[in-house]
Amino acid sequence: MTEPRPLALHVPEPGCRPGDTPDFSDFEIPRAGAVRRPEVEEAPEDMRDMAFSVVRVLNKAGEAVGPWAGTLDAEALRNGLRHMMTLRQFDERMLKAQRQGKTSFYVQNLGEEAVACAFRMALEDGDMNFPTYRQAGLLIAGGYPMTQMMNQIYSNSADPLKGRQLPVMYSARDHGFFSVSGNLGTQFIQAVGWAMASAISHDTRIAAAWIGDGSTSENDFHAAMVFASTYKAPVILNIVNNQWAISTFQGMARGGAVTFAARGHGFGIPAIRVDGNDYLAVHAVAKWAAERARSGLGPSLIEHVTYRAGGHSTSDDPSAYRSKDEFSAWPLGDPIDRLKRHLITIGEWSEDRHTQAQAEIVDTVRSAQREAEANGTLISGDKPSPRSMFDDVFAEMPPHLREQRQEAGY
Amino acid sequence: MARMTMIEAIRNAHDLAMERDKRVVVFGEDVGYFGGVFRCTAGLQKKYGPHRCFDAPINESGIVGAGIGMAAYGLKPVVEIQFADYMYPAYDQIVSEAARLRHRSAGDFTCSMVIRMPTGGGIFGGQTHSQSPEALFTHVSGLKVVMPANPRDAKGLLLAAIEDPDPVIFLEPKRLYNGPFDGHHDRPVVPWKNHELGDVSEDYYTVPLGKAEIARAGEAVTVLAYGTMVYVAQAAAEEAGVDAEIIDLRTLLPLDLDAIEQSVRKTGRCIVIHEATKTSGFGAELSALVQERCFYHLEAPIVRVTGWDTPYPHAQEWTYFPGPERIKQAFTQVLEG
Repeated sequence: MTEPRPLALHVPEPGCRPGDTPDFSDFEIPRAGAVRRPEVEEAPEDMRDMAFSVVRVLNKAGEAVGPWAGTLDAEALRNGLRHMMTLRQFDERMLKAQRQGKTSFYVQNLGEEAVACAFRMALEDGDMNFPTYRQAGLLIAGGYPMTQMMNQIYSNSADPLKGRQLPVMYSARDHGFFSVSGNLGTQFIQAVGWAMASAISHDTRIAAAWIGDGSTSENDFHAAMVFASTYKAPVILNIVNNQWAISTFQGMARGGAVTFAARGHGFGIPAIRVDGNDYLAVHAVAKWAAERARSGLGPSLIEHVTYRAGGHSTSDDPSAYRSKDEFSAWPLGDPIDRLKRHLITIGEWSEDRHTQAQAEIVDTVRSAQREAEANGTLISGDKPSPRSMFDDVFAEMPPHLREQRQEAGY
Repeated sequence: MARMTMIEAIRNAHDLAMERDKRVVVFGEDVGYFGGVFRCTAGLQKKYGPHRCFDAPINESGIVGAGIGMAAYGLKPVVEIQFADYMYPAYDQIVSEAARLRHRSAGDFTCSMVIRMPTGGGIFGGQTHSQSPEALFTHVSGLKVVMPANPRDAKGLLLAAIEDPDPVIFLEPKRLYNGPFDGHHDRPVVPWKNHELGDVSEDYYTVPLGKAEIARAGEAVTVLAYGTMVYVAQAAAEEAGVDAEIIDLRTLLPLDLDAIEQSVRKTGRCIVIHEATKTSGFGAELSALVQERCFYHLEAPIVRVTGWDTPYPHAQEWTYFPGPERIKQAFTQVLEG
């Protein structure tokens, strides 16, 4: 009998920290068009391969290829490009506004614009998203007024949330956008509950749940998976794997699993990995999952493989924990560049039109900002009345809150 | 009018609510086919179908989280947490989500939902089937907290909770499910069928949230109690021959402060009783409120009688439980003070 050796704890580390050269050679990326498109009726156990590959439509030449291509016409693609460009411009303006002290905090979507923007176009009006704080693309692509978003970010007198919520924690029921919590993962199971309610009511609307790679570790991720699977809820379960949870790399949440998508297999939920920087691929996969949900076939899990090109928020400096060159080495590229190139390749766009569109977008975002700032910012101008802080704790204000409001001087 | 146990009254409330409002859905662990481990939902699945009354996976966070999503959709979920002691995995969903949804979204989304939980000990339940976590809910802004003490109120308060547009924590003192237990664990309990508060109208009615009831009128000392402790206090008052005014709070939040103030101003003395542990318990809040509002009417310091600051033990549960003897000692203390 051999002497037992002392055990050692395994603490995973990313392949690349500041000063290292980024290396994504382990990331196996199939050719665009190479991954099959299962019929929506296919049994979950017959499509397990989908969790270990990456659905991609746009190839290096800018062509749309393979069985997932063809879900959007040129006009829809141009709109998609505009949505992503608008979101990027919106982020740029709001980041600057935060640095100028006009608000306390901001979360940008840089590099991940295709995920929410393309997904939104696969839903119908009336469907409900339960987003995290990094799905502003759902609002931009859904036509929600940018001025309203900015009013919320500034917590100004026109803030629809009356200054109560941290910037970017929007709520827009009429635009299919559930109130963003800020606590991680809680909304994932709520989306399943909303979808169950739709099924209980014999409705035709579906729900979409959103979570980041890091937050899949939360208990509520597991709760959502077991409820969605058990009740065959009409819900699309989205994991946005943007590689980083603040400074923690995705391996810390994934553990020994090969992919996040594979988490679906234990629950019998079909799971697909998609190139999250490929607008066409995200739309095609979302449409496929929406069709499954709407046909009563139950939940689907989508892992959007993307890269968080900016910091987690304005409160962290990514150069302190990851290589500055990582995004330029990221093999799935930039979603805006890729869609632009595709549109030019098929003769539906040009550099000139792009420059002109960019100028128009800069102008639109700037005038939305001017309009919002007329309602005040966090540091200047009108603010929601402190009196209103006591409203909406309950539908009807109980005596003790009325008393406290008086005590506060309102 | 029919004689009902508290279990039958709760079941009847579910039945009437489901009949009246198609948006009411009922689920939780063992709640569907079997009708709940305490039988509070028996027969509902058969009558209304598995779409409206069903079993849930053993995941309290999932039960409450799914309920929040359903409420956001526009249904009225009434969920059961099998024992209040199992509530902790759902605490984040209750505190950070259900309680704050209306406020954080400025009314864009709301959460009309009832979370029922059998509460309290005295059933040899040990530390995991005996707890009274009411203070963990009253401390949270945005929750209403209710604890009935008899079948008539259990039905009326539950129907009011289901009608309420906000989340309501509905704590059911399980030692009262079958009869008004007075703390004398060595004696048989009078069943509700032999007690006038077991008289429950079969019609739909509500008991308003936020209104206390005087369980025993008196002049000598005010006793603030809820749930099981209402009967323990009554037994102690009768046995000690003390003319106590016992207030059954019924709703802890919002609290019926008028009823409390009126009584303490009259008696000048106050005892606060609960089964939960003492430190930072709801009794501390009651004691502070009475001190703030009735100080110049008080003839003696307020006395708290509560469970000890230990986990709820198994073999020693009657040492833990604040029984009639401890309340009688408190009467002596507050009346001689």
